[in-house]
Amino acid sequence: MSQPLLEVQQVFKNFGGFAALSGVNIYVNPGERLGLIGPNGSGKTTMINCISGLLTPEKGKIIFEGNDITQMTPHHRARAGIMRTFQIPKPFNSMTVVENLCIPLEYAAEHKTSLSVAEEEARKILTLIGIEALGDLKPTGLTQVDMRKMELARSLAGRPKLLILDEVMAGLSGSEVDEILEILFKLNEQGITIIMIEHVMRAVLGFSKRISVLNTGLNIAEGTPDEILNNPEVEKVYLGE
Amino acid sequence: MVSIDLLLNAVVAGILIGGFYAAVSLGISVVFGLLDIANIAHPLFVITGSYFTFYLNSNFGLDPILVGLILMPLFFVIGNIVYQSYYHFFEKQGAEPLRGLVFFFGVLFLIEVSIIITFGVDYQLVEAAYLGESLNLGIVNVSYRLFIPFLVGVLLTTGLHFFFAKTFYGRAIMGVSQDSLALSLMGADPVRIKSVAFGIGIATASMAGALLVMILPIEPALGREYIGRVFAVAVLGGLGSVKGALFAAIILGIAESLTATYFGAAWSSGVSFGFLLLVLAVRPAGLFGR
Amino acid sequence: MLLFLGAFLITQNFHNQYYYLAAFTVLQYIILSQGWNILGGYTGYVNFGTGAFFGVGAYTSAMIVKTFKIGKSAPFLELPILFIAGGLVAALLGLGLGYLTMRIKGIYFSISTLALAFVTVTIILNIDALGGATGLYIIRPRKIPFFTNYMEFLFLVMVALSIFAVAFARYIENSWIGRGLSAVRDDEDAAECTGVPVLKLKVFATMASSTLMGVAGAAYPYFVTFLEPISTVSLDVGVNSLAMPLIGGTSTWAGPLVGAVLLGIIQQIALVTLSPEYSLLVIGILLVSFVILAPEGIVGLFRKFRASLKK
Repeated sequence: MSQPLLEVQQVFKNFGGFAALSGVNIYVNPGERLGLIGPNGSGKTTMINCISGLLTPEKGKIIFEGNDITQMTPHHRARAGIMRTFQIPKPFNSMTVVENLCIPLEYAAEHKTSLSVAEEEARKILTLIGIEALGDLKPTGLTQVDMRKMELARSLAGRPKLLILDEVMAGLSGSEVDEILEILFKLNEQGITIIMIEHVMRAVLGFSKRISVLNTGLNIAEGTPDEILNNPEVEKVYLGE
Repeated sequence: MVSIDLLLNAVVAGILIGGFYAAVSLGISVVFGLLDIANIAHPLFVITGSYFTFYLNSNFGLDPILVGLILMPLFFVIGNIVYQSYYHFFEKQGAEPLRGLVFFFGVLFLIEVSIIITFGVDYQLVEAAYLGESLNLGIVNVSYRLFIPFLVGVLLTTGLHFFFAKTFYGRAIMGVSQDSLALSLMGADPVRIKSVAFGIGIATASMAGALLVMILPIEPALGREYIGRVFAVAVLGGLGSVKGALFAAIILGIAESLTATYFGAAWSSGVSFGFLLLVLAVRPAGLFGR
Repeated sequence: MLLFLGAFLITQNFHNQYYYLAAFTVLQYIILSQGWNILGGYTGYVNFGTGAFFGVGAYTSAMIVKTFKIGKSAPFLELPILFIAGGLVAALLGLGLGYLTMRIKGIYFSISTLALAFVTVTIILNIDALGGATGLYIIRPRKIPFFTNYMEFLFLVMVALSIFAVAFARYIENSWIGRGLSAVRDDEDAAECTGVPVLKLKVFATMASSTLMGVAGAAYPYFVTFLEPISTVSLDVGVNSLAMPLIGGTSTWAGPLVGAVLLGIIQQIALVTLSPEYSLLVIGILLVSFVILAPEGIVGLFRKFRASLKK
């Protein structure tokens, strides 16, 4: 049996007195599509920050491709192939969209390629996502949807093995959700492993092979989308008593 | 041998100076700590207060403390105006905080240069009958020149502490620092509350300025030295904590006074900045912070 | 290169000393502004304490002049040694500050730089070997081959250094380093997560910036011939080196250049016709107005103007 691409083992994270994660376990296999759901404050974003390295857990281990990366800096993790988007997009506002993509291309993917090569690459990725027309605009002028697409494109520019999407669908219309889902399926077919954190249930249920549910910093359920839908525990958490 | 007299006098002088430092730093604790605006020009507002006090004292013989009190409403209004323009030009447009910082740095120089042009660079001091006297408590000598500013400083701090804890506006200001969205949902206007808070911060500068000119002769560039003190006190005391600021100010006062006694006065003005560097490098949340 | 040759010809034919003194100050500020802008403009960390780095460079150079007296035996070798030493010591100071404070918020960094300037003054004031409060006299070499006097030679060296500073800033701006620095300025978390080594780049920018400041400082003792801590490590140096790039425009190397030349000249005029206070007042007013009204600086205004012409 092949080993998981990423394994999160018994991770704890506190903020002051507040326990955001109390021993969470997550794994994702190469090429898999994992959904991560849970109510607000259940620790999903904290989990992502621990995986991408912006936070360091107090206890527990994070293992990527068999290596312990718990203490690794975020930029080294990005170079190792873990890329993410942010729940609230964090574009580089002083740069154009193409320049935004050049940062991961130069720093994470192929270090020190020439700028013209990077720009060409960037435009290819924008075409893949369908926003090639926006290449020379500044992010401040983008719509919400385009901004999220740009974030997605920027994380693809890092040539990820593992792509973590933190609520990319929030605020999008039905057709826009479908549009992005289609892109994500395509990427997954190309071999990129994806973890999707999402409140838009239709998207996460339709996309994931397997779903893991968090509540108050603990795993409460795991299984296929159907199993999760019929899990009484999950229903209780989402709908209340 | 360490003389007990010397040590005790140095510590007492430090505590007294500390009470005064608290008054100087209150404005920063409020404005930087609660509103997250790094008003680096605050010490220059204090110096402005000192020059007003000097002017009114030397021309009309008004008591410095009285002048400090009279000027508070005026400074409150000035603070209001400064915040309104800061809000208009920076906060509303979502400008990066660093631009605001540079703005206040520019204001600092403008005030300083204006004072130089108006009053010149000579040292100035105020007169009041009680300032020359001192209280003799055994081996410790307490001069009124230090004791009165200490007392007023502590009173001002206590007053502000109760204002934040007990009154509606005080609690609104505390609230605005935590969650201005929630506050605006409750029907309070965060901009108005913030401009009141900023006004209060600047109002404390008029009193602090009056105290400053009672303690020692003033000159325009003196404000620069206080930048270190006010930020050291505000950061050390835990941002936004009025009570913490008082303790931090007293610690700083004692440290400076001991340094001056044992290493010479020339080192003591660097103490606060050294303190500040150390605190920022080691424990940015402050001694009394979380 | 052409600029340098032009400057050389000037030194050979034109001998009004006042203009050399004025030009020295302007050139000094070109170097300081470019240095400031690498950290302040490209990376977004506002440094109020330029005086500390400038002063450390100046004192290092003065101490070497006093101790080793290289000038007599190797007049053309002395200045490069002073520059390297001044730049190196300032860079070390930058390294220390960088590591101590770069993990904290930008505003705290700015306040720390202010603190650094004051601590530096206090230390120099209290060390007798550095002249303490009385200051140090540095004797400028009287003669130098090929030049009528040393000031003209110093002017030429400053022209070369300024060209170097501009070229260096331009190189950083257009390289992958510069793009990484912009990413750091825009959003540190996003930069980290896209592979940018944020801390390393910030420390690099602090060191590059302080090196230029130290080099500018290293030339200063021979210019003033009398070194004294309060005016050398002054906040005035800090405000000038910050106002010039901000008024010129921080996004590109042209900004600090334009700002330094323009403000440097205005200041020299104000200094002669009015007084030092008014020259500082001018800077203050311009700084505040530009921060409020034209945060992109003169270069930004020029770009907007050009864009509106195109339409």
